[in-house]
Amino acid sequence: MKDTIILQLEEKITTDILMQPGLILDIHQPLISSGLIDSFSLVDIALFVEDTYGVQIDDTELNADTFDSLIELAELILSRME
Amino acid sequence: MKTILHILKSHYENRPEEIALYLQQAGHDDMVISVKELLTRAVGAQQMLEEYNINPGEVVMLVFQHGESLIYSYFGTILHGAIPSLMPYLTEKLQPERYRAELKALIEITQPAAILTYAAFEAEVRASLMDGDSVRAVIVAEDLRLGGEPIFDLERRKPEDIFLLQHSSGTTGLQKGIALSHRSVLNQINIYADVLHISKDDVIVSWLPLYHDMGLIAGYLLPLLHGIPLVLMSPFDWVRAPYRLMHAISQYKGTLVWLPNFAYNFCAQKTRGRHMENVDLSSLRAVINCSEPMQHESHELFFNAFNQYGFNKSALATCYAMAENTFAVTQGGIDGLFMVEKVDRVSLQIDRIAKPVIGEEPFVYMVSAGKPIPNTSVKILDNQGNALSDRFIGEIALQSDCMLTEYYHRPDITEKSFIDGWFLTGDYGYLLDGELFITGRKKDMIIVGGKNIYPQDLERLAFDVPGVHPGRVVAFGIFSNQIGTEQVVIVAETDTNDENEKTRIAQEIRMIVAQGSAIVLRKVYIVKKGWIIKTSSGKTARSYNRDKFIKESSFKMD
Repeated sequence: MKDTIILQLEEKITTDILMQPGLILDIHQPLISSGLIDSFSLVDIALFVEDTYGVQIDDTELNADTFDSLIELAELILSRME
Repeated sequence: MKTILHILKSHYENRPEEIALYLQQAGHDDMVISVKELLTRAVGAQQMLEEYNINPGEVVMLVFQHGESLIYSYFGTILHGAIPSLMPYLTEKLQPERYRAELKALIEITQPAAILTYAAFEAEVRASLMDGDSVRAVIVAEDLRLGGEPIFDLERRKPEDIFLLQHSSGTTGLQKGIALSHRSVLNQINIYADVLHISKDDVIVSWLPLYHDMGLIAGYLLPLLHGIPLVLMSPFDWVRAPYRLMHAISQYKGTLVWLPNFAYNFCAQKTRGRHMENVDLSSLRAVINCSEPMQHESHELFFNAFNQYGFNKSALATCYAMAENTFAVTQGGIDGLFMVEKVDRVSLQIDRIAKPVIGEEPFVYMVSAGKPIPNTSVKILDNQGNALSDRFIGEIALQSDCMLTEYYHRPDITEKSFIDGWFLTGDYGYLLDGELFITGRKKDMIIVGGKNIYPQDLERLAFDVPGVHPGRVVAFGIFSNQIGTEQVVIVAETDTNDENEKTRIAQEIRMIVAQGSAIVLRKVYIVKKGWIIKTSSGKTARSYNRDKFIKESSFKMD
């Protein structure tokens, strides 16, 4: 389950946000604190997560303290799916 | 003639209990700040400047995030008669070293006598100081007292004295600090309020950063100095939840909003129905598109998304503004609709004449920025400086009584910007029946989301990536209709033929640019040595390289 979510998140981020389809991201790579994802794209991630997994991430949580990497985001989603 | 101090004194004496602003912060209750509270709290900052012997007319740099400290320190600096200059706060993704370099550059050019910041940021600020520099005090917000009765020393400032400094970010932008006098700012605010027919029923709602002219003038000083309520939210909160703007408009019956073009797309595309329950936008009488190229399509997107929540088409408005004219140059859409016309694309781009399209020829929608505000004259000049007639494209030149005093401490740049008393904007456009249309720009600047980006700053960052040929990088913008703003492309030369190595270089350029400028590149194109076109004087010809890139890579911006 976790692996599937990670793959889906990776595809979304590399294709629609980084505009580099096929790019491989390390699951631990910092995405927000590193500047790889800009603040304009954070709302896209929140909307994608909500549409795909039915999980809400509040806008006040859209920062590197809540999740910074693919694995952290996948774990956050799983913890809220239960 | 008055100064800003006269205006503040009058507000304090005549309407102390009226609301100056509602300060919003996601996750907290809104703060309601009266005129009296704004000015008495500002005294806390003023007293501190007094204690450190900071003189009226000296520059005070403010390094704060959106919030109370920023607002009280700004007005405290004004009360003291010192010159406020805002420096954007360090965001989490910018590398501290880069930020420190910008802070140093700003200190060098503006020569501040004091810097106000948070206690937690004091060490960062001190790290940018050098022996013998101008800074005599670093004051932290936590030390400010709660204030007291303001004393308005009206003799402190004269109308022609500099009131504030305004900067674009980036090393190049910081070099051009725009110095505006009390007279210029008051002339702009008075005339612009007239043009907008501002009355006591108006409420301005803004999420715009205050270090940007649109945020500082339209979304801050105009309401606070003219005396109508402001609802101020953080750009940080808005970008994560654009629906918050709609909620604020609905809750406070907002009437006037300024947005850069991309925000029309962003709000329309990132707001869902569930965010809009019970939201009513019918109070809006103008949503003013300003500070980057205006797109008819963006207006349509916005209208289609929000009409069902009471947004009226007649509230769409346009404006051409620049910090050098304090803010507005033109305004459209207030007294009737602004013009939108279909213009022949080939004629526009090749002949530089905006002809109405005939038949099935390719066309572009041109959106009028409206008529010049009454204190500002506009003319269109050809390359020889002759005025052009209607529909002919040339450089836009301005004359007004709200013009900058100078680029601060840069008499060389100031002098070059004027010809026979007319300010050369560096933007291209044409006039038609007294209305101004903007078609492009002469300067290389890229505008991303309303923010001015100098390509040379991005190129300089990319030079540091190992494997990139020294000095052989070019950055330029390409407009995206999908996003409603420009996206940045970098082309870099390298000697290697190894594909993995090229990928590594491209990735490193992306990272270094993101961390050094907060710009996410749309495309990095790695090429062989000799690809980049330079002019005979050795300068990078960005528009030629842009055309070459589009042709060669078959790159399609959506």
